[in-house]
Amino acid sequence: MNINLTLIGQMVAFIVFVAFCMKYVWPPIVAAMQERAEKIADGLAAADRASHDLELAQKRAVEQMKEAKAEAAAIIDAANKRANTIIEDAKAAARVEADRVKAAGIAELEQETNRARTALRAELAELTFLATEKVLGASVDRAAHAKLVAEVTAELH
Amino acid sequence: MAGENQTVSEYIVHHLTHLTYGKLPEGFVKADGTVVGASGEWTFAHGPQDIAAMGFMSIHVDSLMWSVGLGLIFCWLFYRVAQKASSGTPSGFVNFAEMVVEFVDGTVKDTFHGRNPLIAPLSLTIFCWVFLMNLMDLVPVDLVPHLFLLSGVEYQKIVPSTDPNITMGMALGIFILMLYYSIKVKGFGFVKELTLNPFNHPAFIPVNLFMEVVGLLAKPFSLGLRLFGNMYAGEMIFILIAALFSAGVAWMLPAGLLQMGWAIFHILVITLQAFIFMVLTIVYLSMAHEDH
Repeated sequence: MNINLTLIGQMVAFIVFVAFCMKYVWPPIVAAMQERAEKIADGLAAADRASHDLELAQKRAVEQMKEAKAEAAAIIDAANKRANTIIEDAKAAARVEADRVKAAGIAELEQETNRARTALRAELAELTFLATEKVLGASVDRAAHAKLVAEVTAELH
Repeated sequence: MAGENQTVSEYIVHHLTHLTYGKLPEGFVKADGTVVGASGEWTFAHGPQDIAAMGFMSIHVDSLMWSVGLGLIFCWLFYRVAQKASSGTPSGFVNFAEMVVEFVDGTVKDTFHGRNPLIAPLSLTIFCWVFLMNLMDLVPVDLVPHLFLLSGVEYQKIVPSTDPNITMGMALGIFILMLYYSIKVKGFGFVKELTLNPFNHPAFIPVNLFMEVVGLLAKPFSLGLRLFGNMYAGEMIFILIAALFSAGVAWMLPAGLLQMGWAIFHILVITLQAFIFMVLTIVYLSMAHEDH
C-alpha cells in the first residue's frame, strides 16, 4: 500500500468526469424525465376532464331527450285539438250550408207552388168562363166578371 | 492457477503488484546491475524493490488506466442516453439509465436538503463509476493479468478500487468540496464550529479544535479506506480461492464452488459499497451545507 502520483491522477480524472456528468449528462436526462412526468400528469388530467365531460354530455342528452319527448307530446296534443276544432268547424259549416240549401229549396218550392197555384187559378178562371159560356150559350164579358172569378179562385188552395 | 514454478506466496504477491511507471532515484542499482544516472530515470518497475525506490514519484498505470477507462465507459453510456432522452416512451438502456438516475435523484433528495446543482450529478458519477470499478472484481482474477503477461506486460491489477490511491483520490476530491462548501456556506461559522464545539468556552478552544479537526479528517479517510478495505479483502479472497486450484485435483470442485459462492455474494458487496460511498458523500456534503 503505497501512496503515489496515482492519487493526483485519480483526483483529476474524478473532477473531469464529475464536470462532464454535471454539464452533459445530468441536465438533459432529468429534463426529459421531468417533461415526461408533466406530460403524463397532463394526460391523466385530460382523461379525467374527458370522463367528466362525457358524464355531463350524457346528462345533457338525457335531459334533451326528455324535453324533446315533452315537446312532441305537446305538439301531438295541439294537433289533436286542432283536428278536433277543424272537424267541429267543418261540421258546423256543413250544417249551416245544409240549412241554407234546405231553406233555399223550401223557398223555391213555395215559389213554384205559388206560381203553380196562380197559374192554376188563371186556368181555372178560364175554364170557368169557358164552362159558363157553354152553359149560357153566349159569351161572357170576362173583364166584368174577372173580379168575381178571382175572389172564388183565391179561396181554392 | 499459479504458474508452474511459482510458490503460492509469489503468486499472491504478483497479483497484488501494480504495473508501476515511475522515476528511479539517482544511484539506484537495478536488478540487472546497472546504476541509475544523475537525474534519475523514468521507467516501468520490474519488482517490489523498484517500486519501493520510486516512492511517491510513480504512477499505477493499471489502476489509472482501468479507472479512467471505466469512467469513460460510464460517460459514454450516459452521454448517449442524454442525447436520446426525450419525453416520449423510453426503451432499452435509456430505461435502465433513467432508473439509475431516478434512484440517485431520490437518494439525494432524501438526504440533501439544500440547493446545489453539483450534488446529484456528483452522486451519479460516484455511484456508477465506483460500481463499474468494483465490478472488475467479478472478472476471474487470472484472466486479464495472464492475457497481459502473454503480451509482455509484467503486472496488471484490474480492480481500481483495490488501490488506495484511487479510493483516496476520490475521497480527497470530496474532502476539498466539503471544505469549499463549509467555508462558502458558513463563512466564519465554520471556524466557530471547529473551535467552540462541543465545549462552548474560550478555554476549551485547543481541545475543541483538536477533536473537531480529527473528526473532520476522519471523514475522507473513512470514506476512502472503507471502500479500499472492502474491495481489497474481497479481491484477496478471490486470489486465495484461485490459489486453491493449484493445491491439487481434489480441490478443484470445492474451489470452484467457493469461487462461485463468493462471486455471487460479491455482487451484493460491490453494489452496496458503491451505494455507501455515494450516500456518505451526500451526507458529508449535506453536513458541510448545514449552518448551525
